[in-house]
Amino acid sequence: MNLDAKIPEGPIEQKWSKHKLALPLVNPANKRKHKVIIVGTGLAGASAAATLSELGYQVEVFCFQDSPRRAHSIAAQGGINAAKNYQNDGDSVRRLAYDTVKGGDYRSREANVYRLAEVSANIIDQCVAQGVPFAREYGGHLANRSFGGAQVSRTFYARGQTGQQLLLGAYQALEKQVNAGAVKMHSRHEMLELVVVDGHARGIVTRDLVTGKLEAWAGDTVVLATGGYGNVFYLSTNAKGSNVTATWRAAKKGAGFANPCYTQIHPTCIPQAGDYQSKLTLMSESLRNDGRVWVPKKAGDARKPAQIPEEERDYYLERKYPSFGNLAPRDISSRAAKQVCDEGRGVGPGGRGVYLDFADAIKRVGKQVISERYGNLFDMYATITGDDPYTVPMRIYPAVHYTMGGLWVDYNLMSNLPGLHVIGEANFSDHGANRLGASALMQGLADGYFVLPYTISAYLATAKQPKLTSDHPEFKKAVDDARARMTKLLNVKGKRTVDSFHRELGVLLWNKCGMGRTEKGLKELLIEIPRLREEFWRNVNVPGSAESLNQALEKAGRVADFFEFAEVLVLDALDRDESCGGHFREEHEDQGEAKRDDEKFQHVSVWEWKGEGQAPVRHKEPLVFESFKPSIRSYK
Amino acid sequence: MSDKKMKLKLHVYRQASKDAAGAMKEYVVEDVSEHMSFLEMMDHLNEQLMNKGEEPIAFDHDCREGICGMCSMVINGIPHGGHRGVTACQLHMRHFKDGDEIFVEPWRARAFPVLRDLVVDRQAFDRIVAAGGYVSINTGGAPDANALPISKKEADLSMDAAACIGCGACVAACKNASAMLFVAAKASHLNHLPQGEPERYERVKKMAAQMDAEGFGTCSNYSSCEAVCPKEISVRVIAEFNRDLLKAQAK
Ligand SMILES: Cc1cc2nc3c(=O)[nH]c(=O)nc-3n(C[C@H](O)[C@H](O)[C@H](O)COP(=O)(O)OP(=O)(O)OC[C@H]3O[C@@H](n4cnc5c(N)ncnc54)[C@H](O)[C@@H]3O)c2cc1C
Ligand code: FES
Repeated sequence: MNLDAKIPEGPIEQKWSKHKLALPLVNPANKRKHKVIIVGTGLAGASAAATLSELGYQVEVFCFQDSPRRAHSIAAQGGINAAKNYQNDGDSVRRLAYDTVKGGDYRSREANVYRLAEVSANIIDQCVAQGVPFAREYGGHLANRSFGGAQVSRTFYARGQTGQQLLLGAYQALEKQVNAGAVKMHSRHEMLELVVVDGHARGIVTRDLVTGKLEAWAGDTVVLATGGYGNVFYLSTNAKGSNVTATWRAAKKGAGFANPCYTQIHPTCIPQAGDYQSKLTLMSESLRNDGRVWVPKKAGDARKPAQIPEEERDYYLERKYPSFGNLAPRDISSRAAKQVCDEGRGVGPGGRGVYLDFADAIKRVGKQVISERYGNLFDMYATITGDDPYTVPMRIYPAVHYTMGGLWVDYNLMSNLPGLHVIGEANFSDHGANRLGASALMQGLADGYFVLPYTISAYLATAKQPKLTSDHPEFKKAVDDARARMTKLLNVKGKRTVDSFHRELGVLLWNKCGMGRTEKGLKELLIEIPRLREEFWRNVNVPGSAESLNQALEKAGRVADFFEFAEVLVLDALDRDESCGGHFREEHEDQGEAKRDDEKFQHVSVWEWKGEGQAPVRHKEPLVFESFKPSIRSYK
Repeated sequence: MSDKKMKLKLHVYRQASKDAAGAMKEYVVEDVSEHMSFLEMMDHLNEQLMNKGEEPIAFDHDCREGICGMCSMVINGIPHGGHRGVTACQLHMRHFKDGDEIFVEPWRARAFPVLRDLVVDRQAFDRIVAAGGYVSINTGGAPDANALPISKKEADLSMDAAACIGCGACVAACKNASAMLFVAAKASHLNHLPQGEPERYERVKKMAAQMDAEGFGTCSNYSSCEAVCPKEISVRVIAEFNRDLLKAQAK
């Protein structure tokens, strides 16, 4: 597997500008002749589609929702980082890059991260110009807040709906291009196969989710912007449709899957209420700007929060991490919550919860200000739980939220499979073993607006592949494969629903490959997952036909892919015999903190699929740190 | 946490495909927890149906936290069920009681054809946005974000309108199936910002024309849209839109 990261030479500050100059250009007349297929219309996909079509490429876009505006990015609440230093608090491109590399526990590629920080400022300019209504101060200038893992205030936001507003900006730019006839949009189309011809990614197969029709689409390059795989855990903060299918299908055609075990568990979510629950709801990290996290000092203390006096409360984040306090990064805060709950000090049903308390903040700035800052989040909490967070502390618990792992890409955002580009949460490159809050929106838009539109020419100007249409035999074969898989699912006619399998898979992973992982637990999973997968293919019940709108069939396809992928995730977690960021191997800890092993594991693990029944093979991309020297990651 | 279990009688609209005829069908759902969301109750019913070998009820959903705008059902005659500021996915079963009878139907409007059961086609909304619901700026070359201060008041008015999730409840609630609240919210979002000003009048003209072409009805100021809007968007945006449209036509 060729894992040449193609990191440009030179000092980190100059890599990107030099690289841009060195990239071959596609002349405007030729751009029209290149067709770019983009799967996904979240921040990454929509911004890339709009920008590439503005540049003159023919663009064809797909998403599975009924409108591109509903991509999962819409749900992001808290904000987007940018090194604008509008607050004059000492922020800079270098500081944002440093925070991100450190936040990722020195497991990301520093050149990519530096570039991300560099273009972050352009993103805010672009979005404001599109009419994104960011929060403003009374003087009319943009407002900022702080997010975890940073000591400066660099997060831009639009109430608690930042993702929505950024996505509407990108969606509107996309619709502008649709109107100009420069983009063809296909909603309610799910990608089921990647088509590879002569070693190059040349197209995809989709299913029309209304009619069931399978279609093949040929182009000159394929861009996957299909988001993360957090739903492999069944319960997560992701939208229900989020899936691994697109990236996993690509992996099965030869794209390397990098660091699948890096999953982010977010500390502030509404705790699970029952077995029927279909998803978990995030309470934005921005709440930790004003909310204080605590549990009773005494185990088993069943008193109401108001009856527990100040001196009997443990504000454990403030106690353990005095310099970051409640804004300690996510992996660290989540683990700390798990620890106090394991000690029997958790609150609420089952003892799986901690308080997030706004009483002090309300005393300090008043209810009005708190409601302006977080009103919609407080309302959301009240709607779901029936409790009023203005008077009773919120109850929160960690939940699966984001996936740092994804398809391997080089500096040009191309996978090892020539012609396959991967952007946004679907790739692996920028967040290492833990992502800092407000950095995913930044990365999605950086990739789509400001990186891929340049780097895609590195491939298109040099690939020299013959034109082909979807009549090519490889496309026919891919359509047949997709059809065969659906027929197989429909023909099982077993006794258990898809959801019941998915739920069981999720519980297995959460218990043994969630916040704490051990060699023993992971090895057990490598027996339990294949066993459950085998039962799935023998006993799943998928009613209906392939020729109609069939949501059970859609789910079955996704869960089938989760089953295969889950095993690789666990293999990766087992192979990475160290703790770093969100990957916490209980064997490797130092007073509850993750203990890295740079000697053995300062690399990206990239998994190559070898076929059914064969063990996937792990390759390595060594990580070299020239600008940010790895050190023990401390937030104390 | 207490957990009262309920038994409910549901009447759900079923339609096998776009061209098939549809009808209401009756179902009994047992063991409904008061902590379930409405969609979780529907999941629960679907599990029961599938275990009996029947096809599940198709309904649109994705985020399940009131922001993607995908869920869309008329519950007891009211889009999203009639709790202020709440989408169907956020509506919790504690608002119902044991023995209740509940009617569940799709959005109904000429411009939103039913595709299956509770799933409708809302692409008309995308086409209205494509007609002019944006600022015509390409990527690159934008001035510094703070170069142009925008008063907090205008920014807030813009954001109030921009909160629209494009679910279409406004259309479903309107006797005329008008899309005015959706369309005017998009215009108001952009028209309250200096970046949106240059195209202000063209924008309302183009969006209004597309709205008519899609077969949405006219607005007769009943304000039922405002009452059901899960983001509580005010009909003031419609007044603004009409004002701008008059000016645009006079130009
Ligand atoms: C609740 C929540 C809150 C968050 N808050 C923040 C925040 O405040 N700040 C921050 O920086 N990050 C936040 N994040 C993370 C961030 O929102 C995501 O990482 C980011 O939006 C992902 O964008 P994307 O463009 O990569 O993918 P997505 O937005 O997930 O889009 C994926 C797209 O791919 C399409 N797709 C997927 N599979 C297929 C397929 N097989 N066929 C066809 N189409 C397919 C989908 O239709 C969709 O259009 C949050 C995440 C969650 C869950
Ligand atoms: S499912 Fe997203 S708003 Fe209801």
